[in-house]
Amino acid sequence: MNGMLNMSRRDFLKTGAMIGGGLILGFRLPAGTTPAEAATQTQAAAIPNAFIRISPDNTITLLINKSEMGQGVYTSLPMLIAEELECDWNKIKVESAPVDPVYNHTAYGMQMTGGSSSVWSEYDRLREVGAACREMLIAAAAQTWKVPRASCRAKKGAVVHSGRKRLTYGQLADEAAKLPVPAQVALKKPSAFTIIGKPTKRLDTPEKVNGTAVFGIDAKVPGMLMAVIARPPVFGGKAKGFNAEKTKAVKGVSDVVQIDSGVAVVADSFWSAQRGRDALEITWDEGPNVSLSTTEMRTQFAELAKTPGKIARKDGEAVQAFTKAAKRISAEYEVPYLAHACMEPLNCLVDLRADSCEIWTGTQFQTVDRNAAAAIAGLKPEQIKIHTTFLGGGFGRRANPHSDFVVEAVKVAKEVKKPVKVVWTREDDMKGGYYRPMWYDRLEAALDEKGKPVAWQHTIVGQSIIGGTPFESAMVKDGIDQTSVEGAKEIPYAIPNILVDLHSPKIGVPVQWWRSVGHSHTCFVVESFMDELAHAAGRDPYEFRRGLLAKSPRNLRVLDLVARKAHWGAPLPKGRSRGIAVHESFGSFVAQVAEVTVDPAGKVRVHRVVCAVDCGNFVNPETIRAQMESGVVFGLSAGLYGAITLKEGKVEQSNFNDYQMLRLLEMPEVEVHIVQGKEKPGGIGEPGVPPIAPAVCNAIFALTGTRIRSLPIRAEELKKA
Amino acid sequence: MIALKVNGKKHEVDVDPETPLLWVIRETLGLTGTKYGCGMALCGACTVLLDGEAVRSCSTPVSQAAQKEVTTIEGLSADMDHPLQKAWIAEDVPQCGYCQSGQIMQAAALLQKSPKPTDADIDNSMSGNICRCGTYQRIRKAIHEAARMTEGGRK
Repeated sequence: MNGMLNMSRRDFLKTGAMIGGGLILGFRLPAGTTPAEAATQTQAAAIPNAFIRISPDNTITLLINKSEMGQGVYTSLPMLIAEELECDWNKIKVESAPVDPVYNHTAYGMQMTGGSSSVWSEYDRLREVGAACREMLIAAAAQTWKVPRASCRAKKGAVVHSGRKRLTYGQLADEAAKLPVPAQVALKKPSAFTIIGKPTKRLDTPEKVNGTAVFGIDAKVPGMLMAVIARPPVFGGKAKGFNAEKTKAVKGVSDVVQIDSGVAVVADSFWSAQRGRDALEITWDEGPNVSLSTTEMRTQFAELAKTPGKIARKDGEAVQAFTKAAKRISAEYEVPYLAHACMEPLNCLVDLRADSCEIWTGTQFQTVDRNAAAAIAGLKPEQIKIHTTFLGGGFGRRANPHSDFVVEAVKVAKEVKKPVKVVWTREDDMKGGYYRPMWYDRLEAALDEKGKPVAWQHTIVGQSIIGGTPFESAMVKDGIDQTSVEGAKEIPYAIPNILVDLHSPKIGVPVQWWRSVGHSHTCFVVESFMDELAHAAGRDPYEFRRGLLAKSPRNLRVLDLVARKAHWGAPLPKGRSRGIAVHESFGSFVAQVAEVTVDPAGKVRVHRVVCAVDCGNFVNPETIRAQMESGVVFGLSAGLYGAITLKEGKVEQSNFNDYQMLRLLEMPEVEVHIVQGKEKPGGIGEPGVPPIAPAVCNAIFALTGTRIRSLPIRAEELKKA
Repeated sequence: MIALKVNGKKHEVDVDPETPLLWVIRETLGLTGTKYGCGMALCGACTVLLDGEAVRSCSTPVSQAAQKEVTTIEGLSADMDHPLQKAWIAEDVPQCGYCQSGQIMQAAALLQKSPKPTDADIDNSMSGNICRCGTYQRIRKAIHEAARMTEGGRK
């Protein structure tokens, strides 16, 4: 996505820091010009200040351009601004930013939240925004008092002079807003930080414990109708025709309309809409995917894995090295399609008018959604206003390259000509596609006489997530979708001959990024197979990895840390064992040790997970802990239960009874250790997910001698005969 | 017309008696703190108290709530001073937050029955509530914390 860079940090600084009590200041204010000059060009846009609004009562409202989906950006990003702004942390309020290029991702050139990138991508910009605003407030105070600027300083929401004069930010905001935005600001050295790096409680907790937090599903406008959509039972199908007689007899149902993704039943309440849909008779043309079956796909994938794919990495001559090796080990691994299953099912509220369109939804993909909505509505993108609500989970599902849940709602609104909220039932959400792809991997490695790996070949088979999306040109190089091979291509272990190749079969099941994307399968495969190599070499799995990581100090550091904290090698109660895994993803390094037991029926219980993380120069250690805990649970749900399967083109799962989640009574004790790194910040929302499945499966092997090569873990494989 | 008492306030609602209590609370009464998650009593996001008992409002016909006291997250306390809310804040429990109303209402029912719950009590009572963000460890801790607050007479 780096190819999409379209705005420099400097541009953001010029436009970013805006203050003032209720004043409307424009974007893209060139440095050195005054708002008065700029106002004429920009007031037409009538968009409030970009990142900071200061009210006369000293409330500081921060407009945050990243979607809060649980990962803590409504706390970590304000911390970046507040560090430089020198404001009173308790006076901060957070609002979601509207859609505008000024809020674009600093590296990806569009407004979005994903790829565990919020903190690193805003780390400089938001500090600069805070610093520029502070400087303007100081300048305003100096001007008011007619004293040298250098004699004034900002402290906890006020500017003070010689300890005698004091004006609060609220008192200074109007004057400051008339001043030019400084062209350059000096940022604090990390040693001077008072907020960044300190454990900080989430700002959004109070509203999430009293029911006032507004999620997309809670949004409302006067006269709003509710809609549910009957979608084809097979991906790529279409409604041939329908009989709505019984549907229209359901009290409250007002409209039944066909759109290209199905038939929408619109009513005055969700319940009426749902009952109306139950009564609907639709004839489907099930389309080209009617015979799709995951069992057959698995067979095809396994065949493909035996043939050479497109080469993603080639070091040395793996094929030659195999012929000379003392020992050869090979294995096949597989993982299924997975649903994101956000707790809040997808939904979208649309109020479409002749010359405007307002949308309320929990989205990770504002720019893409806005453009898609504009195209459907027949409006200009600027006429679309998206209100980003809280997201009841995102995990990648709410960043749909085709804006599926937004486009559909705009289409329904266009038909019924009234504000309408489309809500997906849990079943709609579960069967609605855009899954983590199903993967099949074949690996072979060679060891020399001393048990050192000398060759590694990894063939990956699975659908491309990026193929067929607008991101194809930026993220698919030489036929290799980078997200298909991430985590496999750049294995950190010192092996002289490495070959990683890829097959990307085209299949009619919609796939999408799912928390940790490619790493969600490559880490399982690579770290499990490394464990196989360690055992084949007769070595301890931790020591074996250590010996191959000399050139990867950050991997080595978290691996050592986790081993120490987990008391690797120390005796455990009978029937309990440990497994270890380490992985780099999204610029961060995570190692985990899992302690497991397996009961006679083959049921796996994970009791404890020790986690070591190095995400560089971090912002909020509380967020890191929470995200590591969260990643472990997310990865365990997948490893122990997750599987979406298809039979005769139809998804077999429907709700939490057949697509299960880890529950409280199965929660392991999770212990997190954070490395204080000096490197630039890495991501934190996703990197906790990948290592847990291999850590657990490696522990299972240590305990039972059974190697789990297929997820989810099946009790039958582990049941005592 | 069905007579309801929600958070101490009386309402007369004109809905099909089969309508799940959840949708009456959310749409008819406009109290959106109670969430829809599965519609089948599988996830607990819709948990409310019915005469002090935790129920899944998505699978409870509104007619069953007639003449009973319904308590939703909005009615748990006036100023967020319920020990569970305070403990949830102290432990920084929520992430996305979507399941938390249901978690808290389930925990409120637990504490009414077992003011000093053991880990096993918490396992038994709370395992019907799914949290996709994985806040379980903090939920457990916060329930113990709330029990301590209540015991200590701080409210």
